[in-house]
Formats: sequence, C-alpha cells, structure tokens
Amino acid sequence: MKNIFAVAGVVIKELYRRKDFYVLFILTVLVCLIMGSVNIFNDKQIVRYLKELCLLLIWISSLVIAITTTARQIPAEREQRTLLPLLAKPLTRTQLIFGKFLGCWIACGLVLICFYVFFGALAASRDHAWPLLNYFQAAFLHWIVLGVVVALTLLGSLVFAAPSSNSTICFVIVATILCVGRYLDAVALAQTEPFRSIIYAFYFAIPHLEIPFEMRNLIVHDWPLIGWNFIGLDTIYMLAYAAAFLVAACLVFRHKAVN
Amino acid sequence: MSAILKTEKLRVEFKSREFRQATKVALQGLDLEVNAGEVFGFLGPNGAGKTTTMNVLLGFVPPTSGTAFLFGIDVRQPIARQRIGYLPELTYYYKFLTAEELLRFYAKIFGIARDEADKRIDQLLKLVELESARKRPIKSYSKGMQQRVGLAQALINNPDLLILDEPTSGLDPLGRMKVREIIQRLKNEGKTVFFSSHELGEVETVCDRVAIIHQGELKTVGRIDEIKKQHHATLEQAFLEIVGYQPQTAP
Repeated sequence: MKNIFAVAGVVIKELYRRKDFYVLFILTVLVCLIMGSVNIFNDKQIVRYLKELCLLLIWISSLVIAITTTARQIPAEREQRTLLPLLAKPLTRTQLIFGKFLGCWIACGLVLICFYVFFGALAASRDHAWPLLNYFQAAFLHWIVLGVVVALTLLGSLVFAAPSSNSTICFVIVATILCVGRYLDAVALAQTEPFRSIIYAFYFAIPHLEIPFEMRNLIVHDWPLIGWNFIGLDTIYMLAYAAAFLVAACLVFRHKAVN
Repeated sequence: MSAILKTEKLRVEFKSREFRQATKVALQGLDLEVNAGEVFGFLGPNGAGKTTTMNVLLGFVPPTSGTAFLFGIDVRQPIARQRIGYLPELTYYYKFLTAEELLRFYAKIFGIARDEADKRIDQLLKLVELESARKRPIKSYSKGMQQRVGLAQALINNPDLLILDEPTSGLDPLGRMKVREIIQRLKNEGKTVFFSSHELGEVETVCDRVAIIHQGELKTVGRIDEIKKQHHATLEQAFLEIVGYQPQTAP
C-alpha cells in the first residue's frame, strides 16, 4: 500500500502545482458571480437558475479536470522516460496503476470540496439556508462518478497513444452516457430485433453515471434527502465499474512494453 | 568473486508489427557475468543491444529465451530490483517536484524510514553537488543538474549494484567529469557499477572490465589491458576492429 500512496502523493502534488484547476475554478466563480449579480425579469425563483448553472459548471469543470489529469499520467511518464527509473524500483505495474488512480481520484475529491464550498456559500448568500446533508449526498455521488471516469480514462491512456485522443474519446463517452444513457431502454423498445437486443445490451453494459448527475435536482429544487441505502447501493454499483476498468488497465499494462 | 549480475544464453526477439517484416533479433545467446565490487563497461555501437540488455535486467522486456539474474534472483521478480539503482539515458524527471521531493518519493517506494531518508537525501545532494538547488523545481535545472539528480535517485536505496545507461550522454566536459568522479567514488566505496557508454576514454579511466557487444552478440569480454594486448592497439582501435569497422580510403 505504501507504494500506491507514494505514487498517489505525486499525482496530487502535480494537480495543485499546475494551473488547470485554478483556471477552471476562477472561471466558474466569475461566471456564477456575474450571473448572480443580475436579476432578470425580477424573478424570485432566479436563485434556482443560478444554482443549476453553478452545478452544471461544477460538473463540466470536474470532468475536464478528471479526464485531462488522468489522461496525461502514463503517457507523460513514458514520454519523459520517468517510467523507467520508477519501474526499476520494487514497484509493480499494478501498484503504479492503482497509485495513479488513487492520486487522480483523491485530487478530484479535493477539487470537488473547493467547488461545493463555493457553491454552498453562493447558494446561502441568496437562500439563507445550508442544507449540508443534501450537499454532502450530491458531492459524494459526484466524487464516486469521477472514480469511474478516472478509471475509464486510465484504461484509455494505455490503449490510445495520444493523451488528446484519449481525452476526447473519454469526454464523448461520458457526455453521451450523462445525456442519453437513461433513454436507451426506451429507444430499444422502439426497435426491431436484432437492434433491440444490441441496444439493450448497451443499456445494461454502460455505467449509468446519469443517476448521480441528476442529484443536482435534489439541491436545485430543494427535494428531500435520498435514502442512504440508495446512496450505498449506487456507490457499490459505481465502484464495481471502476474496479472492472482498473483490472482491464492492469491487464493491458502488464503486456505493454515500457521502453 | 561472486557474480551479482548474470545472464545465461539470453535471447531477445522483437516481432515486427509490419506485415511480412522479419523478426528483429536484439540479443542472441548473451552470457555475461559481473562480479561484486567491479566497474564493468558495456560497450557497443548504436543498436548493438546494450539498452535491450539493461531492459531485460530491469524486467522491462521479457527475454525470448535464456535467463537473467540479479543477486541470484530471476529478474522477473520485483524483489530482484530491491538492491539496484538505475539511471536511464536522457530522462526528464517530474518538473513540478524539487530534487528533495523527488528523492523522498523514491525513498518511500523503497520503504526507507523518514529519518533515514532525510539523512540519505542530505548525503546524496551533497555528493551530486545539488545542495543549494534542493528546494528548486527540477524544471529550472540544467541538463547536467538533471543528470546528477538522476544519479542521486539511483543511489537513494544505497544500492549494491548500479546500472547506468550512458550516464554522460549529452553532457558538457565539466558535467562528464563530475559524473565520472561520482562513479570513481562509488567504486572506492566498493559498489558494483554496470554501465554502457560510447566514451571510450571514460571507460578506460573507470572500468575494471569491459564487454563489447555487436549486433546482439557478445564479441569479447575481459580486462581493458588484456583486450589492448590481444589486439596490439588502443581500446578505440580494438573496439573498431571488433565491430568490423573498415576505414574508407580516399579515391
């Protein structure tokens, strides 16, 4: 475990010493503050639009940070040849993959804390309320989703040569799942065989990241808390996908030449 | 003397990804032994198989046939790398870390306790003359400084065997001299050093024995004075003769 934590520590250091996070955070803050400063049509419910916009920006920024940070990990190690002295030490390839995953995932968690604290402050300035448990549920499931995204991107970084192509492909896959994943069963029903079975297979195979994505409504529309057993089940469901992607990444990396 | 690095009939083939391209044989039947406490030079022209041999020894490339051992342990087991230090050719270390942080990271991988790691880092930064730059990010280092931080990371676990892949490549004469001095100092401390180089003068200065490899085949191995005596020539002339160099005559 110490090796995994050592590798993870370097990934976290990289995140807070690069500009990516700060740029996205400042952009999100600026957009939200500007939108929050105007009162369009004297609408009393305007705070809901502001919250929705802020949460959407947080989702986009966190996905960009998770995908771009993870996508460059292994390719950068190969390109700068740091992979060689690293693997020449008593560190297995599996430990390296798990270390990279843990580092990226924890880094995403830290990013989410910053974003949600800002969101809470912004919402409280208008709503004068702190539904902390709702925020916690939304942020926690958001973090779990990022775990799946990080594991998928890590696998992609071993399959695709260029980090840019991997980032694009992962972003398209994740955006597609978030936007249309929940409608695939309805689409399948309207099809004839064999397309119905194929689409159903896709529906059951993909990780349904859209469930935590919809947690935004919990906060925006002040819905009551979700049952903790549901949160637990969804966490297990997501972590199973993350584990599957990680195992696949380890298998691919085991047979990959490092020189 | 006991052999701490040993290869037996080592053969490495790389299958071409191109259709109908022949398989490339990088190493053929390499038998090598490096004894404890010696500085061993591994020489050969570009593409001779020096880096491939090192990659097999470090477990990066699996041999097609034959075996390789470090301290009597098969190189495919990660534990074989516990007592070695490795400096690859032209490596650009994590730019966002300082030299101190980089060494601490590698110390953690070796499971070195914090207090011991602190002492070791101080000693190594003094050895490679990077004490004053220890808090600076590596991105601000010159090429020579990067190579020296590379040497420091190779020594973090106080290894018994050092594998250096062209440690002076791309360095200016001063940088080369510093690296050579460090190798000399390690030799005096009784460390075993296995290194590849194109600088024959440097090899002659620091090596006890050398091996010359050409097209994946071991051509000769022995003490430098023996090789020179055998060929009645300087090391450079002997090297050129062994690799079959034909001087071109003017028309």
